[in-house]
Amino acid sequence: MQATPHPLPSPTPLAPPRAGEFDARIVSNEPVNAEYRLMTVEVPDGAAEARPGQFFQILCPHSGALQPFFRRPMSIYRIDPAAGQLSFLYKVTGTGTRTMAELEPDATINLFGPLGNGFTLPEDGAPIVLLGRGVGLATMAPLVPFARKAGHAVTAILSARTPELVMSEAEFVDAGANVLAVTDSQGTSAVENVEDMLHGLHAEGRLGALYVCGSNRLMLAAQRVARRLGLFGEAALEQQMACGVGMCFCCVRPFRQGDEIVHRRVCSEGPVFPLLEALEW
Amino acid sequence: MVDLSVDCGGIRLANPVMPASGTFASELADIIELQRLGAFVTKTVTPGKRQGNPTPRVSEVPGGMLNSIGIPSKGVDAFIDETIPLYADYDVPLVVSISADTPDGFADICRRVSVPGVAAVEVNISCPNIEDDGRAFAMRPETTLAVMRKLRQATDLPLWAKLTPNTGEIPAVAQAAEEGGADALVVANTILAMSVDIRTRRASLGRVMGGLSGPAIKPIILRMAYQCVRAVQIPVIGCGGIMTAADALEYLIVGCRAVQVGTATFVHPGAMLTVIDGLEDYCRQNGIDRIADLTGTLSAEAHDASLEWEAIA
Ligand SMILES: Cc1cc2nc3c(=O)[nH]c(=O)nc-3n(C[C@H](O)[C@H](O)[C@H](O)COP(=O)(O)OP(=O)(O)OC[C@H]3O[C@@H](n4cnc5c(N)ncnc54)[C@H](O)[C@@H]3O)c2cc1C
Ligand SMILES: Cc1cc2nc3c(=O)[nH]c(=O)nc-3n(C[C@H](O)[C@H](O)[C@H](O)COP(=O)(O)O)c2cc1C
Ligand code: FES
Repeated sequence: MQATPHPLPSPTPLAPPRAGEFDARIVSNEPVNAEYRLMTVEVPDGAAEARPGQFFQILCPHSGALQPFFRRPMSIYRIDPAAGQLSFLYKVTGTGTRTMAELEPDATINLFGPLGNGFTLPEDGAPIVLLGRGVGLATMAPLVPFARKAGHAVTAILSARTPELVMSEAEFVDAGANVLAVTDSQGTSAVENVEDMLHGLHAEGRLGALYVCGSNRLMLAAQRVARRLGLFGEAALEQQMACGVGMCFCCVRPFRQGDEIVHRRVCSEGPVFPLLEALEW
Repeated sequence: MVDLSVDCGGIRLANPVMPASGTFASELADIIELQRLGAFVTKTVTPGKRQGNPTPRVSEVPGGMLNSIGIPSKGVDAFIDETIPLYADYDVPLVVSISADTPDGFADICRRVSVPGVAAVEVNISCPNIEDDGRAFAMRPETTLAVMRKLRQATDLPLWAKLTPNTGEIPAVAQAAEEGGADALVVANTILAMSVDIRTRRASLGRVMGGLSGPAIKPIILRMAYQCVRAVQIPVIGCGGIMTAADALEYLIVGCRAVQVGTATFVHPGAMLTVIDGLEDYCRQNGIDRIADLTGTLSAEAHDASLEWEAIA
């Protein structure tokens, strides 16, 4: 039996490749504190043009009994186009991040990216506030230089269990952010306090748009404040991933769209989403 | 120049490598040159809208992964209006994967996707049949034959039947699919499996059980593909655990006409292209002018020896 003929190729050229898979040389891979490490890699031309909020799918090596199969999604923590380098700030938890932690400088690591949609800034040059905890700080960090360059004042509220675990404070300050640290041990990280801080910042004219990552409770607090004050905001979300590019539908999360609850793929429709549409997890 | 083209189940493919359903979408166009693939195979589409399963929908296991994505579907109408046109710019045959939960529902969706731009229909008969207590159509020869007969009446396009490895009688199911009018068999879907997180004592998947895919399943599916090749006259397309050209070559040597690559694309987005390049290299190095000549070149002794097993298994 013969098939119906399929259409002829179009004369218009197809879109150029956007993200790619490549081996990157590791420049350094050092512990930052008891839980986190910072890995800096050299990347080919173009890859360092990645946007804050985008991520890479990292192929973690096999090591003895540790045989990670999926790639691990990691936000871009630092972008240095001049040096052609990118950094990842990662928490060593399971199989993949443990083998990633073993890699020495000059070894290579296979990366796939940059992937996903990065943060967007409000058009009116409004001052912005970043709200992050844990791994969320890694995702948020490159937004500081990006927003400063675009003329936005930046305040960052960094949340952690203890003052020692507040990561990247210097990174945020050096990039031009006003940093406010809140911690569990000092009793300052409770959502009520963070909400009060946000209202205070708004009263001082320092909160025109709100960005959040790394904590469900902080996201809900940010949503309450943004709704009350009618602010633009974005939330960067996490979900387990396989393909990283929108094909497998394993990374869905629920979102509010009008009166409906819809599923969206964190990898390709995110990981950055409109703040008020994200639902708690 | 090696001739990589093959005739496969009613269509001619520029090369024998294509994606497995559910592991491919037009998003890949941003990353690899889709024009180089032998065919496109879309994610299974169902008649109506479906949400899919609860998360976690995937879990890694040694040498592979489990998935219980379910079949989130925007329904066949949206598929025809929105998805099929995405592939119109390519000179690559489009194979549409369908499923439904009754034989009549299957025939109906098959009729509806038989539109210009579609080169063949892959029927995912590995899905539950509500008229058979939820057992997959392809678990038994009788239900396979019944649904294939209905599908055959519903379209003039080539029909590829995708079998499940969860049946104990794969050669008989393969023969039933052929008798029912299939133009090719895809062997196979995922193997039903599960895993547990010992810290939380919860199943790793939200749906508890799911399908195992990836390199871990290759020896099992290769065996089934071989059994099917020997049971039917129509082409068999091998699908299970292909990560490299060497894996694809094993399938061709046991008698498959073409192969599908699934899970490998999640690990290496360019895996299908690497397989194509590797097949060409192998042919060149071994003085094979046409890859079609490689199909079914397993040594004769193997066939005789395997007969003893078939008596037992
Ligand atoms: C878009 C995005 C950006 C991220 N950025 C960072 C970052 O910059 N720094 C950082 O430390 N972590 C980040 N994460 C979380 C990071 O991906 C997980 O911590 C990591 O995958 C855990 O892998 P593992 O091998 O240590 O754990 P394992 O327990 O071995 O992981 C098993 C499986 O679960 C997945 N998984 C486990 N935890 C998470 C999680 N929180 N999110 C998604 N998948 C998970 C793994 O990818 C793997 O598939 C990000 C996640 C996403 C989705
Ligand atoms: C995430 C995922 C989704 C899948 N979805 C479908 C599907 O919709 N329809 C189908 O027939 N097979 C589906 N499959 C099965 C694959 O097409 C293929 O048969 C199987 O994964 C074995 O091949 P592999 O080992 O190369 O992945 C899916 C597999 C995976 C991993
Ligand atoms: S990880 Fe595959 S769709 Fe998001």
